[in-house]
Amino acid sequence: MTGKLKSSIGSLGAAALALLPVAVMAQEQPGHPVPGQISLQPSVTPIMDSITAFHDGPLMITITAITVLVLVLLVIVIVRFNAKSNPTPSKTTHNTLIEIVWTVVPVLVLVIIAIPSFAVLTDQLTVPDGQRKYLGSNIFSLGNEEVPAPELTVKAIGQTWYWDYEYVDQGKTFTSSILNEEQRLAQKPNQPRLLAVDYELVVPVDTTVRLQVTADPVGVIHAFALPSFGIKIDAVPGKLNETWFNARKTGIYYGQCSELCGKDHAFMPIGIRVVSKEEFAAWMAAYQAGSLDDANATLPAIS
Amino acid sequence: MADTHALEAHDGHGHAAAHDHGHPTGWRRYVYSTNHKDIGVMYLMFSIVAGVIGALLSGVMRLELMEPGIQIFHGLAGMVYGIDGDAALDAGKQMYNVFTTAHALVMVFFVVMPATMGGFANYFAPLMIGAPDTAFPRINNIAFWLLPFAFALLLMSLFFEGAPGVTGFGGGWTAYPPLSTAGHPGPAMDFAIFSLHIAGLSSILGSINLITTIFNMRAPGMTLHKMPLFPWSVLVTAFLLLLSLPVLAGAITMLLTDRNFGTTFFAPDGGGDPILYQHLFWFFGHPEVYIMILPGFGMVSHIISTFSRKPIFGYIAMVYAMVAIGGVGFIVWAHHMYTVGMSLDVQRYFVAATMVIAVPTGVKIFSWIATMWGGSISFRTPMLWAIGFIFLFTVGGVTGVVLANAGADRALHDTYYVVAHFHYVLSLGAVFSMFAAWYYWYPKMFGIMYNEKLANAHFWITFVGVNLIFFPQHFLGLAGMPRRYIDYPDAFALWNMVSSVGYYITFVGLVLFLYLLVEAAIKKRPTTANPWGDGATTLEWTLSSPPPFHQFETLPRIDAKSDH
Repeated sequence: MTGKLKSSIGSLGAAALALLPVAVMAQEQPGHPVPGQISLQPSVTPIMDSITAFHDGPLMITITAITVLVLVLLVIVIVRFNAKSNPTPSKTTHNTLIEIVWTVVPVLVLVIIAIPSFAVLTDQLTVPDGQRKYLGSNIFSLGNEEVPAPELTVKAIGQTWYWDYEYVDQGKTFTSSILNEEQRLAQKPNQPRLLAVDYELVVPVDTTVRLQVTADPVGVIHAFALPSFGIKIDAVPGKLNETWFNARKTGIYYGQCSELCGKDHAFMPIGIRVVSKEEFAAWMAAYQAGSLDDANATLPAIS
Repeated sequence: MADTHALEAHDGHGHAAAHDHGHPTGWRRYVYSTNHKDIGVMYLMFSIVAGVIGALLSGVMRLELMEPGIQIFHGLAGMVYGIDGDAALDAGKQMYNVFTTAHALVMVFFVVMPATMGGFANYFAPLMIGAPDTAFPRINNIAFWLLPFAFALLLMSLFFEGAPGVTGFGGGWTAYPPLSTAGHPGPAMDFAIFSLHIAGLSSILGSINLITTIFNMRAPGMTLHKMPLFPWSVLVTAFLLLLSLPVLAGAITMLLTDRNFGTTFFAPDGGGDPILYQHLFWFFGHPEVYIMILPGFGMVSHIISTFSRKPIFGYIAMVYAMVAIGGVGFIVWAHHMYTVGMSLDVQRYFVAATMVIAVPTGVKIFSWIATMWGGSISFRTPMLWAIGFIFLFTVGGVTGVVLANAGADRALHDTYYVVAHFHYVLSLGAVFSMFAAWYYWYPKMFGIMYNEKLANAHFWITFVGVNLIFFPQHFLGLAGMPRRYIDYPDAFALWNMVSSVGYYITFVGLVLFLYLLVEAAIKKRPTTANPWGDGATTLEWTLSSPPPFHQFETLPRIDAKSDH
């Protein structure tokens, strides 16, 4: 099954449940949500591939089937066994066989769900070493996607209410804050409101990035989330959490703080700009030689 | 099920006897009350008042979220604090957090718990087991009367400073530190902690009373395996409360000392760990969600059975499914914490343990349907709510299976998908079961009948409204909208608009419900001891409506041969 087919099954299931018109999916524009969206954001990492395949495939199929089954049974009961159609109620209170069936069958369904579930989870929490194979969208496999070992380590530090990013090995740190409407319209009018930031975290494409996440030691808990990468990890004071991603497509990707952190919880977005490896090398060289603004000047301007 | 002797004679007798005791009248009847039925009714009234407050809080939130941008709260903050511009905007953002927090705390501790474990359990568990009252009537009194004070403390907390410059605690009902310690230096959080202490004490006392009553005061011949499902659900829930609330009390006491007395249980700069609090909180918090839904399971079972004119299907399995849900509910807490940075093995364990709960839950759903299967169903108002409950609880249940998988939860944690999930099981599950039970037992409790047409309309309006509110929130969550946000990227506008429209429809349902109460009180339609016919087999239907002040002065005997 291709990823697209699976995601359309997921969307169909959700739409069938809702009995609402299927909203137009802008599959070509990943990085942020689109109006009317009813499904997960398009994936650009092996981890999000597996989450999408797992959610839109086994999970969505199972829960839609169960919901429809219960609904159909209720409709049958309402039509066939109302007081008019069935004036004399039966006295049946036991049926050992059916009770065993509706205990055992759910157990089997859960076991089938558990197989990809554990595999998807294990991928997420295992930083690549270059040898291990990852699932990608092929969640019922033993893994066939190669992912290189991390080549870059980035640290995100949750502050009230913005993010600090640190290129750990390069010793470079900068602050990334939301652009208010005035600034956004002046600087990056084509970036979405509440998501646009002044300085994006810049990372190279097709490179495994080790992401360390923590928070101001005397601050509060935040959570670093990037939907199209399939990552979400809490930024906890006094605790260094670690995850990883490997984005296969250049572009700007947005996420938002995902742990209640006070008044500006909704106003500390995460912006990651994925650039080509060459661009990144030039960007980092300029950053180390000069300032962050110098470095960003080496990249095409964001409109 | 129950073979009762000489009840008709007994009924008349009960009234006379009650008057002979000279039981207090007027305000004394309620304030000094040791009568489980009066206390039950007080709990229900309390719950209705708190429910209106909780619903209004969420109404302001839905009004704010109807469109992108901040439209309501900066003005509200401006009015409250007499400020404007950016200061009002900042205060408004914090005020929104205060509203979400208060909405949750009110609904959990002062609406659902008082209605199910306070109101219905107090009133009907003793009746259904054939007991004259609860085991500890004075404990029952203090358990209820602690609650208004707890609620008063929570409401007072809204008017004390929390985060600098803004009143009220805005750290979520979970009150995670450091946001609930360093993040809210003002006394609002301390008031909220005391409120929860007292509400918890109230629930623990109530649970002790109910456990003792159910274990010791069942009518002769009513073994545990003959006990109706509602008292069973109350028994399981009372144990959950008894075992989990002390852990919450401990956790929030540690918050209190961290805040005021220089301890650093949860402060990393003093060697503490904020995640420890989350473990303690959810060790309470997960059983708490079953505390809210289990009594509903019991009530719905009776309603389904009554209106299908059929005994409950698979009684023993139904009982042990509830026991299993309660038991397993204690060992799954960290599925609320998949993103905090737990190790792979720990997350695997919590995935596996959590998915297990789907099995007994499935048994219950299928057994309800099997109870209706072959039945002769009449669609009276309580039955509508009960059938609505089964379907909506199923929807909430299956999204729970999705969230149980840590791998999928990575994308959905702390998004509106979670908000949709728990509102489907609580707002559309627990609350539907409460309304089902309200209409089911209304004639029994008050001796009058409600307006059936309007009550049906109440169901249909609410059913449409709540689905419009919460179903689109699944879409928002999948698309990535985080929860507890006062403002959202413009892409989320459509489903937020639908959701807010759903709220307005639901609100019409709420107003209709309040009107129904008044209408029924004025019209005083007479009812009988058992308005529901031969499907209603439990002991409360053998008594007059309303039951005498003291019932079962001659204990009913349960036929040894009767079977479920």
